[in-house]
Amino acid sequence: MFYREAGDFKTSYSDDSQTFPIKFDRYRYYVVLLVAFAVVPFIINDYWVNAVFLPFLIYAIAAIGLNILVGYCGQVSLGTGGFMAVGAYACYKLMTSFPEISIIIHVILAGGITAGVGVLFGLPSLRIKGFYLAVATLAAQFFLVWLFNRVPWFYNYSASGQISAPERTVLGVPVTGAETQPWAGYLICLVFVFACAIIARNLTRGMAGRKWMAIRDMDIAAEIIGVNPLKAKLSAFAVSSFFIGISGALFFAVYLGAVEVGEVFGITKSFLVLFMVIIGGLGSIFGSFAGAAFLVLLPVLLKNVLVGAMGWPTDLAAHLEFMIVGALIILFLIAEPHGLAQLWRVAKEKLRLWPFPH
Amino acid sequence: MPEQLVFATEVFLNGLMAGVLYALVALGFVLIFKASGIFNYAQGVMALFAALTLVGIMEGQVPFAHLINAIFGTEIHHFGWHVPGLVAIILTMVIMVALAWIVNTLIFRHLVNQEPIILFMATIGLAYFLEGFGDIMWGSDIKKLDVGLPQGINLWIDETTFNIFDYGFFIDNLDIVATVVAALLVVALVIFAQYTKQGRAMRAVADDHQAALSVGISLNFIWVMVWSVAGFVALVAGIMWGTKSGVQFSLSLIALKALPVLMLGGFTSIPGAIVGGLVIGVGEKLFEFAIGPLVGGATENWFAYVLALIFLVFRPQGLFGEKIIERV
Repeated sequence: MFYREAGDFKTSYSDDSQTFPIKFDRYRYYVVLLVAFAVVPFIINDYWVNAVFLPFLIYAIAAIGLNILVGYCGQVSLGTGGFMAVGAYACYKLMTSFPEISIIIHVILAGGITAGVGVLFGLPSLRIKGFYLAVATLAAQFFLVWLFNRVPWFYNYSASGQISAPERTVLGVPVTGAETQPWAGYLICLVFVFACAIIARNLTRGMAGRKWMAIRDMDIAAEIIGVNPLKAKLSAFAVSSFFIGISGALFFAVYLGAVEVGEVFGITKSFLVLFMVIIGGLGSIFGSFAGAAFLVLLPVLLKNVLVGAMGWPTDLAAHLEFMIVGALIILFLIAEPHGLAQLWRVAKEKLRLWPFPH
Repeated sequence: MPEQLVFATEVFLNGLMAGVLYALVALGFVLIFKASGIFNYAQGVMALFAALTLVGIMEGQVPFAHLINAIFGTEIHHFGWHVPGLVAIILTMVIMVALAWIVNTLIFRHLVNQEPIILFMATIGLAYFLEGFGDIMWGSDIKKLDVGLPQGINLWIDETTFNIFDYGFFIDNLDIVATVVAALLVVALVIFAQYTKQGRAMRAVADDHQAALSVGISLNFIWVMVWSVAGFVALVAGIMWGTKSGVQFSLSLIALKALPVLMLGGFTSIPGAIVGGLVIGVGEKLFEFAIGPLVGGATENWFAYVLALIFLVFRPQGLFGEKIIERV
């Protein structure tokens, strides 16, 4: 019924290789975009933006970045929090050093700086593999957080050791600082998410993505068929860190406004983003969105139900959340290692045949 | 002796003691990894859980008191009795064995033959679960653990060194006890692995699951046993660290301290865990002593990781690890 390719004739190569080749899928995608850009900004309020939309969008970028590294290239990284911190601090330094330049350029440059740092910490991946590498990336996590905590230059010698975003505008509308309207912050993040998702999607289905997947599936075999592991692994680290850096910059500048590095970009952040990737689905851009949405909504939901409706103390709800997240991770790894994205694929396949069973 | 050198010696000795505690945690990792190929990130949380349970039993706390109070509106906290330390330790061990069985049956039996990295992520999930579970069961406030281990400065060492160097070394009694316990534990584990029937079966399983199965070794039994032994090591580590700095959430972070120890020593080697622990314990204390003041201090957070990272680039299998041979 839905998702049928029948009757959808392609008359050119570009038609044939578009991102959503099935008509129904394509229209659904346009509708989602339309709603996200043209409807949501008018109806959201402060609570929804700060509790749901901003974290969802920003984590989605981080999850896409990590998914490129873990899901597509097979290099597990636990340094996401540290790389997000690089993005945040790079953005802060740029914002305060060059106030006349647009914040959009700052955020992109922050991504670029994070990419450089990511490549540096990705170098050991050429020698060590699997969870040895996962543990090695923890070095990045701890070292970077310590660096931003201890070297005053990074936080402009402020007395509190925090960084806080000065007010910046895009097209005359403030997007950072206290004056920000909910819809402005939402839209700026949405634009970045949209751009990142398109770039990631096209990178992963092109030559670069195929090289990454070859390295993931078997690096020795990939090397033999002519994939340069040095370039493939380091480019995965660079692209992944670029996205993570952008998300870190947005997380600091647009979402939080003020950041204390050890608290915000600690190791729990690394795990959170990794969980998003696992629950959403390794090696899937859609999965990154699904995972981010799931893990952003779950605590909000639990809090509203347990604390709001049933009157439990907040710490109990927080502990229960830990248990549920942990159990879900295990459950997904056992029952559906490809995550929510696979469930979505199965559902699509079912919808394609519906209402007929075969 | 010049003054700086005397200070450095004291720092060195304290580093050795800290290293022993790291090694103690690292041992638990090595055991599970050798026998089942699972890199158990939850080891630190297991130590926390064991310590929480031990305190809970000793104090006669009602398990899940918060949860029960929240649901039924009651006000229960304690049974009102106190259990002596040794009995509580035995009871905790029973719980750890039960936990080992549950973990094996519910989780890792279903993940046999998966890639190591999947198993690793599953243990991260387990760590999260246990963390929440432990807190719900026993409450998340900081608890004091006292099973009668000696604590405080060792006066004998203080006096002796004062007579020799005119400067008394500060060495905690607890660290000395921990060193002795760790040494005993290592000897016991080596004897267990080398000379007992179950220990040999464990090593056989580590070598080759299928071959072990074909000579009649029960994989399930061995896995439960290995997780129980790891639970036992976690309990010992939990007692030591819990006595030192109280039973609290940060106890679970010792797993993060043990990871670089493992990388340095090699994941598959018991001596590696010991040597790695000592190298990192001494290294980070000396580094903090010599370089720390120049760069703003608190280098202990990352020194071990960066050391292990640089080391791994030159020797990917660690100091004592088995050479990694890749076949296509």
